[in-house]
Amino acid sequence: MILEGNVWRYGDNVDTDVIIPARYLNTADPQALAAHCMEDLDPTFAGKVRPGDIIVAGRNFGCGSSREHAPLAIKASGVTCVIADGFARIFYRNGINIGLPLVELGAAVSEIKNGDRIRIDLGGGTIENLASGKKFAIQPLPGFIQDIAKAGGLINYVKGEKA
Amino acid sequence: MNPMGMTMTEKILARHAGLERVVPGQLIKCRVDLVLANDITGPPAIVEFEKIGRPVFDRHKIALVPDHFTPNKDIKSAEQAKSLREFAKQHDITHYWEIGRMGIEHVLLPEEGLIAPGELIIGADSHTCTYGALGAFASGVGHTDAGAAMATGDTWFKVPTAIKVELTGKPSRWVTGKDVILTLIGMIGVEGARYQALEFTGPGVASLTMTDRFTIANMAVEAGAKNGIFPVDGATEAYLADKVKRRYAAVAADPDAEYAQTVTIDLGGLTPTVAMPHLPENVKPASELNHIAINQAVIGSCTNGRLDDLAQAASVLAGRKIHPDVRAIVIPGTQQIYAEAMARGYIATFIRAGAVVSTPTCGPCLGGYMGILAAGERAISTTNRNFRGRMGHVDSEVYLSSPAVAAASAVTGHISDPREVMK
Ligand code: SF4
Repeated sequence: MILEGNVWRYGDNVDTDVIIPARYLNTADPQALAAHCMEDLDPTFAGKVRPGDIIVAGRNFGCGSSREHAPLAIKASGVTCVIADGFARIFYRNGINIGLPLVELGAAVSEIKNGDRIRIDLGGGTIENLASGKKFAIQPLPGFIQDIAKAGGLINYVKGEKA
Repeated sequence: MNPMGMTMTEKILARHAGLERVVPGQLIKCRVDLVLANDITGPPAIVEFEKIGRPVFDRHKIALVPDHFTPNKDIKSAEQAKSLREFAKQHDITHYWEIGRMGIEHVLLPEEGLIAPGELIIGADSHTCTYGALGAFASGVGHTDAGAAMATGDTWFKVPTAIKVELTGKPSRWVTGKDVILTLIGMIGVEGARYQALEFTGPGVASLTMTDRFTIANMAVEAGAKNGIFPVDGATEAYLADKVKRRYAAVAADPDAEYAQTVTIDLGGLTPTVAMPHLPENVKPASELNHIAINQAVIGSCTNGRLDDLAQAASVLAGRKIHPDVRAIVIPGTQQIYAEAMARGYIATFIRAGAVVSTPTCGPCLGGYMGILAAGERAISTTNRNFRGRMGHVDSEVYLSSPAVAAASAVTGHISDPREVMK
C-alpha cells in the first residue's frame, strides 16, 4: 500500500487528552470525534486537515488513556498514517486493532518537517520525504500483527478464526 | 544449558497462554480471567462485540462499571450509561453495578474480590494496571480488544521485558505510595518503562500498605508500562481473606529471572513529592513549591480514593478550615469506603472544614464534571495525570500529589508539605 500526503508535525509525548479531550467522550461516533481532533494541542488541525494527510510526531505518541477514541478521531479526520519516533503501547495496539497504519521510525523523524510531502510504501518498507529526497527504511511488522492488519482489524480477524 | 528463570509477569502470561515458559518479545494468545469496561469504553466495546456475533464467553467474567460520567452528567452520557445497563441485563452479566452501589472501577473490583494473585485481567481503561498490587497481571487495552475478549475470552500480548524496582528502607510519616511512584516516574520518565513490566520487590515492600501498593501499581502506566506488579505477602493475603473465596495460585519471580534494568529506591529517603504540569515526570519536593497558589484541591480517584487516603486527608483537615480562596472536593472511591469514612467521622471532618463531598465518580479526574477548571486556574489533585487540559480548560494546570499534600495545600492556599501544616 502506497500512502502519500502532507505532514502535520508534532513533538514528544502527544497524549490522548490532547488528541481527543475527555469532554467529548460522551460519544464514540468517529465523525463527531474528528471535529475536535488535536483540539487542545493545535486548534487549527480539525479545520484544515485534508484526506490523505499524515501525522509525524516525536517520542511516546498517544500516551495516557486507553481511549480508542483517539486513533478513531485521527482516522476519521482523514489521516492515513501516523509516523512517530515511538508510540505508547495501548495507542499502538488500538491503531492495529482499528486498521490505522502506525510506523515507528525512531530518531529519523527529525528529518521530516511540518508541511513536507512524504510517500510511504508500507509493503516495500520505505518512507520517502519528497521535500528533501531523503529515504528511510521501515521495520516490518511481526507476522501475527500483519495478519490482523490484512484482515482489516481485530474484529474481522477474530471473525475469521474458528470459535 | 539451564534456561533463565522467569519474572512474575512472564509466569502469569505463560500460564494463561498454556505454555511452559515465555520469553520477551514473544507474541502470545492468553485466556483472560476478567474483562472490564466502563461507561465511556463499554458502549463502543459492545458495538465491536456485536459485530463478532457470538455469545459472551462467560457472563461471570465481565465487569461493567458506569463510573466516568455518572450520575449521568448530560444526555449523551445518559445514553452511554443506558447502553451499558441494557447490555448487562440482556446478557445477564453478574458484575454490573448501578450508581449508589457503584464505585470507581479500580477501587471497586479489588474490594469486590474480583481480583486474585496470578490472575490475568484486561480492561478498556489504562489504569487497569492497578490490580498488579495483588500480584495479578493486569493491563489496559482499547475497546476493540475488550469487545473481542468479551466474545472469545482471549487476548494477545507481546511478552514484555521487565524493570526490577528494588525498594529498601521504611517511609517516614507523611510519605505514601504516591510519593514512591511519583519519585520513580521522576527517575525513569513518562516512557521509562514503555512496553515493559514494572516488578516491585525488595525489603521495602513489607512496609507498604495495600493502599500504597494500589496507588503505585495504578500509575505504572504513567511510566509507559504494560503492567506493574507486587509480590504476594502476608499483607496481600490479609487483604484478600474476606474478599476472595475461590482458589488462586500466586506466583513469585525466580531468583535468576532476567530484568532489563534495576532501579533502587530507598523509601527512607523520600519526602512528600509533587508532579508539576504537564507531565507526571516533572517532580519536585512539595516543600519547594510553597510559592504556588491553588484554586482547587481534589482528593479521590482510582489512585487515591481509598479509606487510608481519606484517613490521611482527614487527619490533616481535622480542626482546620479550607483556605477561603480554595475549593476542596473529596470523592470516596466506593460506597463501602464512603460508608466507612462516615462511620469514622472523616466525612464530618471534611464538611466542617468546608469541603465538598461527592458520591463515588471519576468526575473531575478526567475533566468530566464535578470540578472543571477555568482558564488560568490551578488544582492540586491526588489523581494520576496532569496533561494539558486534563481537568478542564487547556490553560489550566494540575499538580499531582498525595492526599496529605493536597489536604495541607487546601488549608494554606498554596502547595504545602503536610509537615508544615502539622507542626
Ligand atoms: S479516576 Fe480518573 S484515572 Fe481513574 S478510572 Fe476514573 S478517570 Fe480514569
